[in-house]
Amino acid sequence: MALSTERLGLYNPEKPMENRITDLGPRHFWQYFPPIIRNNYGKWTHHEILEPGILVHFSETGDKVFTVRCGGCRFMTVEHVREICDIADKYCEGHMRFTTRNNIEFLVDSSDKLEALKKDLMSRKHVSGSYKFPIGGTGAGLTNIVHTQGYIHCHTPATDASSMVKAVMDDLFDYFQGMTLPAQVRVSMACCLNMCGAVHCSDIALLGYHRKPPIVDAEVLESVCEIPLVIAACPTGAISPAKTESGKKAVKIKEERCMFCGNCYTMCMALPLSDKEGDGVTILAGGKISNRISPPKFSKVVVPFLPNNFPRYPEVCETVKQIIEAYASDAKKYERVGDWAERIGWEKFFEKTNIPFTEHLIDDYRLQYDTYRTSTQFKYTEAAWEVSRAAGGIED
Amino acid sequence: THWKHGGIVGVFGYGGGVIGRYSDMPEKYPSIAHFHTMRVNQPASKFYNTDYLRSLCDLWEYRGSGLMNMHGSTGDIIFLGTFTEQLEPIFYELTHILQQDLGGSGSNLRTPSCCIGKARCEWSCIDTQDMCYELTHHYQDELHRPAFPYKFKFKFDGCPNGCVASIARSDMSFIGTWRDNIRIDQEAVKAYIGGEIPPNAGAHKGRDWGKFDIQKEVIDLCPTQCMWMEDGKLKIDDKECTRCMHCINVMPKALRPGLDTGVSLLFGAKAPILEGAQMSVLTIPFMKAEPPYDNIKEIVEKVWDWWMEEGKNRERLGELIQRYGIPKFLEVLEIPPMPQMVKEPRSNPYIFWKEEDVPGGWQRDINDYRSRHKR
Repeated sequence: MALSTERLGLYNPEKPMENRITDLGPRHFWQYFPPIIRNNYGKWTHHEILEPGILVHFSETGDKVFTVRCGGCRFMTVEHVREICDIADKYCEGHMRFTTRNNIEFLVDSSDKLEALKKDLMSRKHVSGSYKFPIGGTGAGLTNIVHTQGYIHCHTPATDASSMVKAVMDDLFDYFQGMTLPAQVRVSMACCLNMCGAVHCSDIALLGYHRKPPIVDAEVLESVCEIPLVIAACPTGAISPAKTESGKKAVKIKEERCMFCGNCYTMCMALPLSDKEGDGVTILAGGKISNRISPPKFSKVVVPFLPNNFPRYPEVCETVKQIIEAYASDAKKYERVGDWAERIGWEKFFEKTNIPFTEHLIDDYRLQYDTYRTSTQFKYTEAAWEVSRAAGGIED
Repeated sequence: THWKHGGIVGVFGYGGGVIGRYSDMPEKYPSIAHFHTMRVNQPASKFYNTDYLRSLCDLWEYRGSGLMNMHGSTGDIIFLGTFTEQLEPIFYELTHILQQDLGGSGSNLRTPSCCIGKARCEWSCIDTQDMCYELTHHYQDELHRPAFPYKFKFKFDGCPNGCVASIARSDMSFIGTWRDNIRIDQEAVKAYIGGEIPPNAGAHKGRDWGKFDIQKEVIDLCPTQCMWMEDGKLKIDDKECTRCMHCINVMPKALRPGLDTGVSLLFGAKAPILEGAQMSVLTIPFMKAEPPYDNIKEIVEKVWDWWMEEGKNRERLGELIQRYGIPKFLEVLEIPPMPQMVKEPRSNPYIFWKEEDVPGGWQRDINDYRSRHKR
C-alpha cells in the first residue's frame, strides 16, 4: 500500500474509529540492522578508534565493521534526511543509524568503502559553507551538544537552543574533529530549567534562565488555570490565592520568594514570565553519567548569568572556551571536568578558569547545607584574600 | 518565544503522542498558526534502512512541515510542525502503511530507549534492544493512555558506561552488569604494556600523553585499588571490584566483562522540578534479564501499583520515594535492605521503628509509669 495523496488520506472523519490500528509500538530493530551487524550481534570482542570520527569493531567471527560518525544538527529537514539516505544507499547498502547524542553513523565492512565514504562526507557543504556531515565526535574530544526546542517549538524557554548550539559548536569545532582533551567533554543545553535532556549531568551545561517573577494575568487566570495546581507547582511556596478588586479569583506571588523557575507558567498560561532583558543563560559544569572511576555527578552552577546575545552568544561561547581550555591544560588523563574540579578544589576551578564567584553560586535551596565547606581544608586564592581584607583580617 | 502556552491535540484512542503548539502571531505567520509535534516511536538504538526513512520523509513532507528532530531527547523521531486536521491522516498512514506507532507524551510511560548494546559493542551485558522492544510492546497501553500521576521513563544501558544516560534520565534505570570475573587476556595486556595497542582504543590519540603506563593509567586509577601486576601478569581481586569499567575501557582488547551477566535496577532519576534533580538510586543489585523478562515486569508492576496509588498529582517516582523513604519502597518491592543502597548510613538518629518491633508496643499507662517515677 502506498502513501495516499488525498487531503485526508485514507482516514474517514465520519467514522473515526473505523479501521483504526493502535498499540503497534515501534518497528522491530532487527529489520534495520546491516547484515554485518546481524551476523555479529553479541559477538564483538573489542574496538579501536582509528582517527577522530572513525571506529572499527572486531568480532569473534573475524568480521570487522567500520563506523564513520558525523555531526548532526538534530533539527533537520526531510531533504537532509534524504541526503543521508542517498549516502547510506551509495556506501552502506541502505543502512545507517543515529547515536544517543544525535550524531549520524554510517557503517561499512571494508576499508576501501571507508575511504570513499569519508571523502564524500567531507565534501558535502551547505550553500553557506558549513559542513553537512563533519566527521568526528569520538574519543577524548567534544561531541554533539544534546539540546532542546528553544524558540523553534516550546512555550517556556528562556533562551534559544539551536542557535546557541550552533554558535558554541562553531567555536569548539576543532575539539569535535580532534581527540586532544584529557577525557570526553559532554556539553548539553536546555532552554529552561525543566532541563529536558542532559543539562543536570554534563561536563558543561548551558541553561536558559529567567530573572523576573511572572506577570499575573488576573483577568483570565480563574477561567484558564486550576489555582491549586498553580500553588502546588511552586518549589518555594511563593504563590498564594488572592482576589482581584473586581472579585475574580487569582493568585499573588511573593516576589522575594520567587526564583523564576517558571513551573507555575507550565501549569498556568496566565503567569507568563519571559523577558527580553531578564532572560539569559546559566552555565553549569562538572556533571557526568558514567560510573567510570568516580560515580555519576550532577553538574554545578558556575556562572549565574550571561545575556542572551542573539544570534551568536559571544559571552556564552567565550566562557565555555575558558572552561575547556583551563581543563585541557590542567586535568590529568582520564579526568572528566568534574573529577578535575573536585581534585583541585572548586576554589581552584574558579581561579584557573578565571570565572568570578558570586553569591548566586552558593546553594540556598532546602538541602544546601551539604554543599557548604565544613572543614578548614581550603586553598588560598585571590578570592580568599579579598574576604580576609574585607573582614579586616589582613592589611592591603 | 512566540509560541502560545500549551495546546491539547491528539488522535482518537490515545491520550498522548502529540504536542500541540500554536503561534501567538497567527495573522503574521499563518503557515505556523498550528505547529504541532508528533512523536514517532523510534526503532531500538536508532538503526534505520533508507526505505523506511524515505517513507517517513514522503509522509511528513506531504502532510507536515518537512522539519524533524532526529531525535528527541527521550528517543522519539520528532515530526515538527503540522496542522490539527492532518494529525489523524498522518496517524492513519503511519499505522496502516508504515506499521509504525506514535511515542508517548503526558502522564504516562514515555518512549523507552536504549544504548547500541550487543549490536555493536563488546561490553553490553544485556540485550538492550530486545529489552527495550519487549517492554515497549508489553506496556503499549500505559504508553498511549495516560494513567499515571506523572510521566515515567525506562532506559536501558548495556553497561555502567551509561551511553543512554539511564541513571540520570529515567525513572527506572536498567544498567547491565556482571557478577563473575573480568576476563583477562594476559597476552593482550603485554601488548598494551609494550605499546603495540593504543590505550582506551586510541581515544587520546590527538595528544602526546607519553608511553602507556599500566601502573599509572589503570592500577593507580582503579577506585577500589583491587588490581596489581605479579610476574608480568595483571591480577584483579574481583570480589573488591565495583565494575566501574575504567580498566576495561582503557584496555578493551585485554579485559572484558564477565559472562554471568544481568541488570542492576535503579529508580527515581528526574530533572529539578519540583524537589530538585535526582539520579536513580541503586535498589536491586543484580537480576538475570532473559526474555520474556517476567521477573522484571513483576518489579515494574509493583512499582507502578504503589506509585499510581500513592503518588500525588505531578509527583515523579523519585519524589514519592523521597516522601515515603526507601524503607517503604523496599516493602513495596518486597525486598530486604542492603548496605549497597546507601553511600553511607544515616548520621542523624531520627530513626522510625514500627510498633510491632518494639517489645511491649506503644500503648502505655502513665499511672504505671508513675508507680515507679514520682511526679
